[in-house]
Amino acid sequence: MNFESLVTTSGEWLRGTGPDSDIVISSRIRLARNLGEFPFPPCADDDVRAAVEEVLRREIRSLSVGDNLLYINIDTLGPLDRQFLVERQLISREHAETHGTRGVGIGPRETLSLMINEEDHLRMQVLRSGFALDQCWEEMNALDDELESRVLFAFDDEFGYLTSCPTNVGTGMRASVMLHLPGLVLTKEIQKVFQAMQKMSLAVRGLYGEGSQAMGDFYQISNQVTLGKTEEQILQTINEVVPRIIDYERRVRSALIKENRAKLHDQVSRAFGILRSAHTITSEETMHLLSSVRMGINLGLVDGIEIPTVNELFIHTQPAHLQKIRHATLESAERNVARAAYLRERLAGGGPMKN
Amino acid sequence: MKKCRRCTKPATLHITEIKGGEVRALHLCENCAQEYLSNVDAGSTAESEAPFGEPGFGGEETSPHDELSCPQCGMTFKKFRSQGRLGCAHDYEVFRERLVPLLESIHGERQHIGKCPRQRPEGSRRHHELARLRSELKAAVEAEDYERAARLRDSIRELETPRTDSP
Repeated sequence: MNFESLVTTSGEWLRGTGPDSDIVISSRIRLARNLGEFPFPPCADDDVRAAVEEVLRREIRSLSVGDNLLYINIDTLGPLDRQFLVERQLISREHAETHGTRGVGIGPRETLSLMINEEDHLRMQVLRSGFALDQCWEEMNALDDELESRVLFAFDDEFGYLTSCPTNVGTGMRASVMLHLPGLVLTKEIQKVFQAMQKMSLAVRGLYGEGSQAMGDFYQISNQVTLGKTEEQILQTINEVVPRIIDYERRVRSALIKENRAKLHDQVSRAFGILRSAHTITSEETMHLLSSVRMGINLGLVDGIEIPTVNELFIHTQPAHLQKIRHATLESAERNVARAAYLRERLAGGGPMKN
Repeated sequence: MKKCRRCTKPATLHITEIKGGEVRALHLCENCAQEYLSNVDAGSTAESEAPFGEPGFGGEETSPHDELSCPQCGMTFKKFRSQGRLGCAHDYEVFRERLVPLLESIHGERQHIGKCPRQRPEGSRRHHELARLRSELKAAVEAEDYERAARLRDSIRELETPRTDSP
């Protein structure tokens, strides 16, 4: 596996399989860990960063998955390649934008990502397609155990695992589920979801995490509290609330179909029509229309195109992916042309169901 | 008349909080008080712009702790409050008193109950040190440096003897 091979493949979380994958795109667990004897990355000088990177790179290499890790030095990567990894959900925006010695180890099929010198010395992430938080945790926990038999992570009897930001202290765990909720957005019921989440101390974010817009009707639900709860308790809260949101979205969708099937069918078909025939299209419009088509497929209103293709298109039409696929540096206007051409290629064939 | 802890307006509301047996007084103007109370109701204020820069989290009227600095990384509590990131793991020890109310306001709790390292810190440090000494011992024997090997062997024996103060 090398960096360029990522361009032609697509990650595990885009496969569109796994439980409830019509609505749940992916599940993810992230753990933050630090080496007690070094300053946290935001406060570390170049020498410290280099030393931490050397220690942790060696340690993750000697894990049982170590031989299969693709290790990438982020600091030597160009801006386009960094952006590519962000779009692919393999590194955080912060990891792409910060400075100094830092890296990421990427596991086979992109289910695992180990960031070194992000905000914490080590940020480990396990990703799965569909609603599969428990499997994520199982893999994450085993990996953490394996590392912990070799590395001493900063830990306090009262505060648990110590992190650069006190919002992560304790378990250092962030569990999140990415949901596709076009029905709730269309009916404006999504506000009720936000309010309910807030009361449960759960955060709602867009596709690319903190501060990002909820483009393409994607929402990430994650825990805010990391201290004073066990990992299992945190998972349980999310595992209980997500099926209720899924159910809510499904009910709204069937109500939409019942009330005005023709209107919905029209909206979905028009979206598909634009995607298949446009000659210049922005990223925002693409996301918006793909979202309609994705819902249309799940409701049997669109034929000849599969969910994994749509999932992939959401990512492949992002700016950095598009440029990597086309092997060219493209300005915004050029990208819109290239994006439309790419969509026409990929969507040739399928079409809306005949009524 | 006292000034508001957050702005320069006169403090008209005096809030006494009792949390975990600790009593603290806050003096705020009406606007700031409302903001503070609505944040308290929300249970978490972690998403605000300067999450830890708010005096409401502080406690005492004056903050002598603001000048307290970590001997390991030099972080001061004041700097932490402005940037929201701690400097190193030792900061949690140095600023413990000041961090507890902050952690309680973010997480609603102060005691970790989740996963713990299988090796408790002391044991783990020893484990690491032992591994290092054993590998050095092996190297010393291979290099036929028996004097050094003997010293290393003694160090290993000393470390292997269970300590009474370790958990």
